[in-house]
Amino acid sequence: MVKRLLFLGIFFLVGCLIFGAEYRIGAVFAVTGPASWLGDPEKKTVEMLEEEINSQGGINGIPIRVIVEDTKGDETQTVNAVRKLITRDRVLAIIGPSRSGTTLAVIPIVEKYKVPLVSCAAAEAIVKPVKKWVFKTPQTDRFAVEKIYQYMKKKGIKRIGIITGTTGFGAQGRKHLLALAPKYGIEIVADETYAPQDTDMTPQLLRIKAKNPQAIVNWSIVPGQAIVPRNMKELGMNIPLFQSHGFGNIKYVKAAGEAAEGIIFPAGRLLVADLLPDTHPQKKVLMEYKRKYESRYQEPVSTFGGHAYDAFWLIVNALKAVGPDRAKIRDYIENTKNFVGTGGIFNFSPEDHNGLDIEAFEMLTVKNGKFTLLGD
Amino acid sequence: MNWQNFLQLVLSGITIGSIYAFIGIGFNIIYNTTSIINFAQGEFVMLGGLILYSFHQSFHIPLIPAILLTLILVTLIGIGMERLTLHPVKNPTVLNMIIITIGCSIFLKGVALSIWGREVYHLPFFFPRPPFRIGGASITTQSLVVWVALIISSAFLYFFYRFTLLGKAMRACSVNPVAARLMGIKVKSLITLSFALAAFLGGLAGVTITPISLMDYQRGSLLALKGFAAAVLGGLGKEFGAILAGMALGITESLVAGYISSGYKDAVSLLILLFILFVRPGGIMGSKEEISLREL
Repeated sequence: MVKRLLFLGIFFLVGCLIFGAEYRIGAVFAVTGPASWLGDPEKKTVEMLEEEINSQGGINGIPIRVIVEDTKGDETQTVNAVRKLITRDRVLAIIGPSRSGTTLAVIPIVEKYKVPLVSCAAAEAIVKPVKKWVFKTPQTDRFAVEKIYQYMKKKGIKRIGIITGTTGFGAQGRKHLLALAPKYGIEIVADETYAPQDTDMTPQLLRIKAKNPQAIVNWSIVPGQAIVPRNMKELGMNIPLFQSHGFGNIKYVKAAGEAAEGIIFPAGRLLVADLLPDTHPQKKVLMEYKRKYESRYQEPVSTFGGHAYDAFWLIVNALKAVGPDRAKIRDYIENTKNFVGTGGIFNFSPEDHNGLDIEAFEMLTVKNGKFTLLGD
Repeated sequence: MNWQNFLQLVLSGITIGSIYAFIGIGFNIIYNTTSIINFAQGEFVMLGGLILYSFHQSFHIPLIPAILLTLILVTLIGIGMERLTLHPVKNPTVLNMIIITIGCSIFLKGVALSIWGREVYHLPFFFPRPPFRIGGASITTQSLVVWVALIISSAFLYFFYRFTLLGKAMRACSVNPVAARLMGIKVKSLITLSFALAAFLGGLAGVTITPISLMDYQRGSLLALKGFAAAVLGGLGKEFGAILAGMALGITESLVAGYISSGYKDAVSLLILLFILFVRPGGIMGSKEEISLREL
């Protein structure tokens, strides 16, 4: 017993020495595994920012330490990682998780331990209804759908066909597409789906074609968003094709080849940072993040890294202002207004823990194999 | 809907089905020698597509030599996989070997992930020209490439297994490895050969379907699921069975998606699969007796 106490005492002392003067922030990302395309840029982003802050002397002279845990995109591992961060590392706040499913899994824990969590996952269910300690930085899918419908309304498009993947992302998009259509006076004349392993969407497109819609909305992740445009071209369908904000990676344009020309989709502004007018309030933040990330990692920035960037600064700004107190950090984030991030301009409130609206999206199109602003 | 749409649905179904069939016959080869299901078959397909992408698009090797190099490389990977993992096993049981192939599948996927990342890759059609029009329906040149490659490969396999000594010896290994060894057949070498052949065909499937289906590190195993269904439905070990079953699955999926609802297409095709296996446990072309004769 004495031995054990002694051991614990030494352990505690060593712990104090190692962890003494630093602010600890936890980060849980799907760095490896099937969702690593989310977690990898997120991890790289927070590591870059951690180094940047510490090289400038930390926060009020105290260095920060971001403890990154890999969740492999798995719910159980995420729950364990968050528990570890809270109980063993005693972090002040948590960035992540990367996926919506993993975020929903850890909400009960952070609520119980009262630790602010800024998720990098998009699902609306994360912040609706509002949970006291949970925030998120990505734009909500619903706003992407509204942005598309707003544009259609302006162009007089009233009859559309939708085709969605049966993945979580596709199913969520389909739900919003169906629910919001009446609000914009749009009629969905065809509603088709496809599975992730499907190689040919011709049958679904034929069904849509038979209903004679004015436009098609395809909501999925790759490879569906490259195959649908190609099949449409093979069938000689010339009506406009709208895709989700998930299309925002120039590599997907390459995968769709010529068929990508003219695809219209909503996206955050990070992708077209250099095309924005200099007067745009986000321009400076976007260009800075893009330049730093790309020169350091030699790979293009992704929207997902941007979500971690926004989450990081929300927490660090709060830490700067109110010091190492979880409850005060939470209150500060909740009252943050006009925070210019990569995802948009955030205005949080007790009723809104995402802080973004439809204006966070910009309509883009593909021209000569490149993204450009759609304009009017 | 009119007959023109029907024709289009059937043609798309055949395209989808030929992809399933092509992957399905890969399962047959290894089954014909070892009685096992090679769960890394989808990875051969994936490697075929991704390696060709690297040779053709990144190193700018012309298409034909790039395809040949890809096939050689994938075949070598197949041989390497068998030599390094299955070959050294002292007492290979069917279950052991299947689990080893699952391990190989995970390993190959991991390697592909670290080389090519998570991106989806595409290749241009081998004959870039607009789709052919048949009675108002369109069919792409690449679909024809897949069909031709599929038919040539399965005809080759059919004759190989039925009319050559080597082919017959390979089948003997699967029916009864001990008796085969007593007859002087080098069972282990033939297993290596069957992996080489399966990897070659898997690679060929990957090379020809990638322009249609696109490819990423985990797409091979997704497609292999349907390919496996085609192989089982057709009767394991039967080349033409896999083609027939693959086409049946593809056309069913396409027609269900076109006439009923795309949400049900996988469900309907799997129901049909279950039903046929219920009536004919050996698959369309297989016989019950043959299944019961095998030692598992």
